[in-house]
Amino acid sequence: MSTESAGRSIRCLVAKVGLDGHDRGAHVIARAFRDAGFEVIYSGLHNAPEEIVQAAVQEDVDVLGISILSGAHNTLVPKIMAGLEEYGAADDTLVLVGGVIPDEDRSKLEDAGVSAIFGPGTSIEETVGFVRENAPER
Amino acid sequence: MTENDAATEPTESAPTDEIDALRSGLLAGDHRALARTISKIEDRAPGYRRLVGSLFDHTGTADVIGVTGSPGAGKSTLVDKLAETYRDRGETVGIIAIDPSSPFSGGAVLGDRIRMASTVGDMDVFVRSMSARGTLGGLSTATADAVKAMDAFGKDKIIIETVGAGQNEIDIVRTADTVAVLVPPGSGDAVQTLKAGILEIADVFVVNKADRDGADRTVQELLEMIELGDGPSFSVDPGHHGPGSVETSDDGDAEPSEWRPPIVETIATDGVGVDELIDEFAAHADHLRDTGEGDKRTRRRHAEEIRTLLREDLHGLLEDELDRVGGIDELASAVAGGRTDPYTIAGELLEPVETCLGQLDESPTIE
Repeated sequence: MSTESAGRSIRCLVAKVGLDGHDRGAHVIARAFRDAGFEVIYSGLHNAPEEIVQAAVQEDVDVLGISILSGAHNTLVPKIMAGLEEYGAADDTLVLVGGVIPDEDRSKLEDAGVSAIFGPGTSIEETVGFVRENAPER
Repeated sequence: MTENDAATEPTESAPTDEIDALRSGLLAGDHRALARTISKIEDRAPGYRRLVGSLFDHTGTADVIGVTGSPGAGKSTLVDKLAETYRDRGETVGIIAIDPSSPFSGGAVLGDRIRMASTVGDMDVFVRSMSARGTLGGLSTATADAVKAMDAFGKDKIIIETVGAGQNEIDIVRTADTVAVLVPPGSGDAVQTLKAGILEIADVFVVNKADRDGADRTVQELLEMIELGDGPSFSVDPGHHGPGSVETSDDGDAEPSEWRPPIVETIATDGVGVDELIDEFAAHADHLRDTGEGDKRTRRRHAEEIRTLLREDLHGLLEDELDRVGGIDELASAVAGGRTDPYTIAGELLEPVETCLGQLDESPTIE
């Protein structure tokens, strides 16, 4: 039990953005993060990039996990990154993308500030471990 | 003031610059500073006490509303509509949505944001999800502090939303000026179970989903209970709670000092009844102001805050003492092995503290 210390808890926003109704992956990740002891805020479906930015800023999350399976990542992810930048939140938020991202798009997303991209077949342990290791120190 | 703080918090290595920057950012209306301040409060990060303490001067202008009720009663949806309506009226809104955390992993899924879609994109509605992190009385303190941060930030209305189960939850909503309890229709049995705790703290009853079967009956049952019962026991004033108080329902102008919780029917999904509910909130705020009950509540709240802080600090001191004598596991084994008992241990551990306090010949002065 983690009740002995009031201390820090890793806060994550699991976000679905755009016209993409496939949320099974997001649910699985949200649940896995919860079981790992993180505090997970789930955005629900069909959010605009600015809605995600608003939630990330207000909730002051350490980690923003964006789940995209629609193929619109090249449009949506940079918009989110720009929004975070606007609030000065881009530097100390760990941004992850999960979903179907073609290899040729990866570097573009990484250049935009995405720390890691988890494609199909990634194990839960790998994702949780990455978050534990890379969640920003504040 | 600062030195005093430092003296009482020897463990805090206060990162002064950061705290000052957060404070000025928050007061200047920087959203991120507010968000970070609430994180500090939740984490009890070094310096958070000084930060919250320094915000006190700027608080006291917001109306704080607590919304509680069983899971699925429609709290988040109603809070969303309340926020939307307040925004239409030109007021800024802060929302604190509290969800339980897992007692096993400590993790939590905070899903209330999903229902709060009406005002999304509007930064003047600041939604913050919090989880119960399982500390002794910790959540209600953290909630109260987060309310203060939002108040100092300049929010006009602050809404605390929480599932109404258990003492912890009741403590949380008590940090609000006005408490609304949602009762879903057809919950005859639920009303019965609610009676003991949550019903007593209601300033306003909301029968949400009023288009469902059984809504009328639920209203009727609540009405009966309010008339039969001795009203909200929150304001303990035995003078008004004799059998005679039933009669106040007959004449419209009851004694001004007595607040009878009204029942408002709403259909949150369509926004029906939200205006009426807001009117009742306003009426209750007036009542608090006019009768002096508001001041009483504020004082009681501060008293509780002082107590909680003291309890926390003492708890911390005792944990240190436990570590010093070899840790709690050791002692627990001693009890399990039949060598001693918990009462003896507690007595022995506390003795030096009592001796210390006994040696203080003058009571501490408060500036």
